[in-house]
Amino acid sequence: MLTVTDLSVSYGAINAVAGISFEVPQGGIVTLLGGNGAGKTTTLHTLSGLLKPKGGKITFCGEDITRLPSHQIVARGLCHVPEGRMVFANLSVAENLAMGAFLQTDKAAIAETREHIFTLFPRLKERIKQTAGTLSGGEQQMLAIGRALMGRPKFLMLDEPSLGIAPRLITTIFEKIVEINRAQGITILLVEQNANLALEISSHGYVLETGRIACSGPSEKLRTTPQLKAAYLGG
Amino acid sequence: MTEFLQQLLNALSLGAIYALIALGYTMVYGVLRFINFAHSDVFMVGAVAGCLIGKHLPTGTWWGGLTCLLAAMIVCSALGMFIERFAYRPLRSSPRLNVLITAIGVSLLLEYTFQNEHVFGAAPRSFPQVFPQVVWQLRGLTLSSNQLLVIGVALVLMVALQFIVFRTKIGTAMRAVALNPRAAQLVGINPDVVVSFTFALGSALAGAGGILYALNYQSVEPLMGVMPGLKAFVAAVIGGIGNIPGAALGGLLIGTIETFVGGSQLSTYKDAIAFALLILILLFRPAGLLGRSHVEKV
Ligand SMILES: Nc1ncnc2c1ncn2[C@@H]1O[C@H](COP(=O)(O)OP(=O)(O)OP(=O)(O)O)[C@@H](O)[C@H]1O
Ligand SMILES: [Mg+2]
Repeated sequence: MLTVTDLSVSYGAINAVAGISFEVPQGGIVTLLGGNGAGKTTTLHTLSGLLKPKGGKITFCGEDITRLPSHQIVARGLCHVPEGRMVFANLSVAENLAMGAFLQTDKAAIAETREHIFTLFPRLKERIKQTAGTLSGGEQQMLAIGRALMGRPKFLMLDEPSLGIAPRLITTIFEKIVEINRAQGITILLVEQNANLALEISSHGYVLETGRIACSGPSEKLRTTPQLKAAYLGG
Repeated sequence: MTEFLQQLLNALSLGAIYALIALGYTMVYGVLRFINFAHSDVFMVGAVAGCLIGKHLPTGTWWGGLTCLLAAMIVCSALGMFIERFAYRPLRSSPRLNVLITAIGVSLLLEYTFQNEHVFGAAPRSFPQVFPQVVWQLRGLTLSSNQLLVIGVALVLMVALQFIVFRTKIGTAMRAVALNPRAAQLVGINPDVVVSFTFALGSALAGAGGILYALNYQSVEPLMGVMPGLKAFVAAVIGGIGNIPGAALGGLLIGTIETFVGGSQLSTYKDAIAFALLILILLFRPAGLLGRSHVEKV
């Protein structure tokens, strides 16, 4: 569904991503792992058009989307839950969700998606009028995911959804990610530092190291790879 | 007491005009984080457009007056969008200082273009009496229809703006872009459209301000925007730049101070005193009266 070929991205003289290639099959969950500064966020930002690549190609559903602006990429069904959640702090939960549906025109479909999100995250319904900036970190993460789902994505990218969230809530959020994938058939690209959890729910994994893919393979195999174990899985 | 009420009325009408201009400064700052120094000249173009269009309208009718007002607002919206599209947008990714200097350039360009005698000329012209002129005497209080018009139109426009910004989809998108431009792009908002819309909205308000100002002061010339523009800019800062109710409040405040000081023995120092008071306010509330340097959760 998504094919990335030889993608490279730089900030001025710094090469943050130096020629990576990977693939996400339709209906799957693929994870992109790597430590701080490996280039994970840079990759996702490039996929959603916030950054322009120096070289390489991004193909989504057979179409070259490499140089499209963000709003056109979102319109094609590729939505992004950014690192640090980036909810609209002064807007209410309802307004944040409404903004998620910015490109949707069918009112009935919008209402239906919203209801669906409330069954996924009942907490959001309770907090519907609350200002997003005053939500707890976990609630903000739910809102960020909900907001992206309002765009009726075919493909969802999540950037470190576990960042700064209580362990109990992390499990819930990961369960929801699996549910979104299974029940709605939304393909998922998951960026994580929490390699254990990410490899548990994904079928394939790619490990980024300073802008390059250090290793990749089926998630089960990666979990037992000695070098990965040492680096990310705590032994 | 009567004199106080009279002055209060004057203060309100002057403040309402400052508020209308200040809203444009603050909205553009909100979405782009830069001060559009050409805004005061858009205000002037509003008055000039009204002057030129008004000549062809009958005098003393409500429909003629409102047509003139509406036409000036449309001209200013178009001008604002045009300036943004061709002067500021090409510089979107360059340092903010470049954009600021460009804004000053646009401001000078407009001022000098309109001073050209083939365009408008440097000499002040009187504004056509497109609206009905009525003066009421009420227990010693002099109420002119112009003054009430200024207050009324400003009020209607501010309520309309409040509605657009807080109740419509494009208004919510404006606030979203102001809060987090990247996240706004990630939900599919095209920032160019939102920025264009913001300029259209702010410039329309400045155009209306220009007409109302010209109605009250009866004269139109290409440099007429400079002082009101400066005061409106200060009003926006006082209210908390980027904050919409703040700009309205700041405008009313500076209009009030100016009017009351102007009516006292210190009248020659009215601008100095107004600005000194404002500096004082900023000393105690650096983010402005309604501005908050709020902490975002990460
Ligand atoms: N705006 C920027 N300007 C310059 N360099 C940047 C910028 N953003 C990121 N970088 C650099 O690019 C590299 C990759 O950063 P990136 O944010 O993609 O890493 P990451 O894998 O997401 O890390 P983390 O897990 O800490 O979020 C880092 O070396 C970083 O310092
Ligand atoms: Mg990152």
